[in-house]
Parts: sequence; C-alpha cells; structure tokens
Amino acid sequence: MSSNKQGLSSIGRKVIMALTGFFLMFFLLQHLSINMMSVFSSDMFNEVSHFMGTNPVVQYALQPVLIFSVIFHFVWGMYLEYQNSQAREVKYAMYKGSANASWMSRNMIISGLAVLAFLALHFYDFWIPEINVKYIQGDMSGMLPGADHYRYHEELVHKFAGQPIRVALYVLSFVMLSLHLLHGFQSSFQSVGYNSTKYTPVIKKLGNAFAIAVPAGFVVVALVHFFSH
Amino acid sequence: MDNMNLTLKIWRQKGANDKGKMVDYNVADISEHMSFLEMMDVLNEQLVNTGEEPVAFDHDCREGICGSCSMFINGEAHGPVKGTTTCQLHMRSFNDGDTIYIEPFRAKAFPVLKDLVVDRSSFDRIQHSGGFISVNTSGNTQDANATPIPKHDADLAMDAAACIGCGACVATCKNSSAMLFVGAKVSQYALLPQGKVEAKDRAQNMVAQMDAEGFGNCTNTGACEVECPKGISLSNIARMNREFLSGSMG
Repeated sequence: MSSNKQGLSSIGRKVIMALTGFFLMFFLLQHLSINMMSVFSSDMFNEVSHFMGTNPVVQYALQPVLIFSVIFHFVWGMYLEYQNSQAREVKYAMYKGSANASWMSRNMIISGLAVLAFLALHFYDFWIPEINVKYIQGDMSGMLPGADHYRYHEELVHKFAGQPIRVALYVLSFVMLSLHLLHGFQSSFQSVGYNSTKYTPVIKKLGNAFAIAVPAGFVVVALVHFFSH
Repeated sequence: MDNMNLTLKIWRQKGANDKGKMVDYNVADISEHMSFLEMMDVLNEQLVNTGEEPVAFDHDCREGICGSCSMFINGEAHGPVKGTTTCQLHMRSFNDGDTIYIEPFRAKAFPVLKDLVVDRSSFDRIQHSGGFISVNTSGNTQDANATPIPKHDADLAMDAAACIGCGACVATCKNSSAMLFVGAKVSQYALLPQGKVEAKDRAQNMVAQMDAEGFGNCTNTGACEVECPKGISLSNIARMNREFLSGSMG
C-alpha cells in the first residue's frame, strides 16, 4: 500500500475499505447472534450482554477497533465518492448506468448514508445510554435499579414494545443495509485481490445469503419484541 | 427494414477550451447495413455540403481492433450492443424515428480536444510507466518459445492482451476509473515468465501513474467488464490488486 505524492494509492484505499468492511460484517454476525438470544432466553441474553459490556478485551480492544472501523469506513467512503465525482467534470447528457451495473453497486453512498443515519438513532437508543451508565455514572453492575436481575433484556424490549415508528425505521434501515451488503460482501473479496473462476461464484451466492439473512435476522428480533409485548 | 430517418443529439465543442453543447441534427435515408461511423460520414457530408463544420470523431481501422473509435451512444460506451466497438455497431440496432445521443468519452483524464475526439494519451503514459518487459537485444536473444509457459497462463495472458486501449471502461465507469485497462496491462505480463523481471515495480508504477492522471477509484460495479468490446475480465483487476499488494510488501 505504498503511498505516493497524493497519499494512499487508489488500490490502498479500496483495500482499506474492504478490510474495514470485513471487520464490520464480522461484527454484524456477532451482534446478530447475541440479539437472537433475546428472542429465546432473556437470561442468556442478559448474561452475554453483561459479559460483552464489561469484559476488558471487548471494551478496550475490540470496541475501539470497531469505532475506528465504523468511522473510517464512513469517512473514507464519502471521501472516495467525492473524489470519484471529481474524476468526471462534465457529466453525460445521457447515461445508462443500469445497462451494465446493479443499482446496489452504483448507489453504495445512498445505502451507506442511510445506514449512517440509522447508526445515529441506534447510538441514541442504546450506545450512548450504555456509555453513560457504565463510564459516566460508573455503574458497572448491569443491574436494573431496584431489582435483582440484569437490565439489558428489559431495555431492549422497552425500545421496541409499542414503538411502531422506531420499529419501522429499523426495518427500513436494515433493508438499506441489505442493499449495501449485496454489493459490499463480494466486492470486498475482489478488492483484496481474490477472484477465481471456481470460488467467486460461490462467494457471490454466499454474499447474497449473508446480505439477506443477517439484516432479516435483526428485523425479526425487532418485530418479535414489538408484537410479543 | 426500410431506410431510417434519425434525430441525432451530438456534442459539439470547437476546441479544448470551448464550453461545448449538444446540437440536434437530422439524417435521412440511413440504411440498416451501414456501420455507425458510416452514418456519421453521411451526416458529415451533409454538413460539408451546407457549409457547416463536420463533426470530428476518432476512427482508424474500422475493423474493431484498433481502439480508436470512441463515442458514448445513448448512454453507453460504443452504443447498445455488447462486445462491440462503434465501427462494428450497425444501424440495424436502431429504429426509424429514433433519437440518438452521441457524446465523447467523458473523464477528467480524457479531456475533449474537439467534438467527439478525446485525448487518451493518459493511457500511453500509464503504459510507459511500467507496461513493458526487459529483453536482451544484444544479438543472442533467446527464442521466446524456448521458455515453457503453461497453456492456462498463456491463454489468460492472451485474453488480457486483447485489450485495445479504447477507454470504454473509463467512459462507462461511474467513477471514471481506469482499473480494467491497467489490470489488463499488468496481467498480460504478470502471467508470463518474461514479465517477472519488473513484476515488483510494474503494478506500483502503473497505479501511481493512473492515480496521477486523475482517474477515479474502482468500486467494483463491474460496468467496465460489461461494456469492454474485448470482454476483458474483472479478474484482471483482482490480479493487479494482488501484484500491487505483493509489490508494496516486498
């Protein structure tokens, strides 16, 4: 990834987009598996949430990497989009993008910005209150005030039960995430230089499955808590 | 099919510094057997006869192998037919009464010189920066056939070398990225033993030149592969990425 006078090369940039993308996809899978537990067992969800929320490796090693990846992926993606728009100063009077590339691949900035908007809501809902309780108020117990059990499952349910607008926003956001992943998953492999006649078709199928199943999983969790309370 | 009457919307620009605009023209009695460039010839004769400036456009072999003809036709590089250069596009792909948009290939790195003619010398400079091999020309040059090359590699190198450098990949890419061209030019050497001598620097230098020319970044939309008249595969971009990464780590 040697740099030139302009900074990181165009290939270096796409490799970094791919690597942060890989990490974020791995994070999604991890996040979904814990969310799924909330549907089947509130105790299990509470235990795992408390572990993730207080374990030093998760909090002080993985969380900073995650924050860095999120910020980097978004900021860099927007910068690349700006740079790419500068590479064609006069636009075509007629341009048929759909003739040769998917909507998803051409509009990563739209699906990406939608996911970024969702993250703002998600941070407001969960992450900021969590940081507030743990690191500002200093309550690392994870206990519900005035009760003898963990707070995590109740907080989760509280956000969705009787909240149709929030649930609708979540569903819409995960549709956008799905569109982003439909291109992003397979594109990451190409960016790091992996393309084979034997396995690239498999990666594309796997990517489509991931891009549909993972966001659908998050949607199911939100809907279950919306309808069951 | 009867002969066609067409409305053409063509980009006219007097020179590199002119602002340029789309201008409407009508052509009548166009045969479906004409190539697109022959249709343009008909228009130009018409313009010359009426004392107007003919439309400047690039063309040379008119056999689909030189890469000279460009043109962005109805929103697609080289027009609506896949795997085809503009000279090999025939008027039977259009219908009587059609309106056809004809624009130059657009990219900051392909500045318009006049009308539909763009300066693609940025491709030449990329090629000069690393698209070559070192061969001993002192008189005792080894016969190329003396070096065994696996058939599979030779085929892939040949596929990559089919690139005619027309620039359709850049023109069609929403980011004006040149990675398919550079990927093909890196690959045609990377796959052969003769290309190993400069392998470490080739991708590095060609990518640096590509970036310096002002081409955009690749976002893997795959539009280039679809529009390439020679069917150059995206796998060449992946190979360039590998060559680049291994070169930067070595």
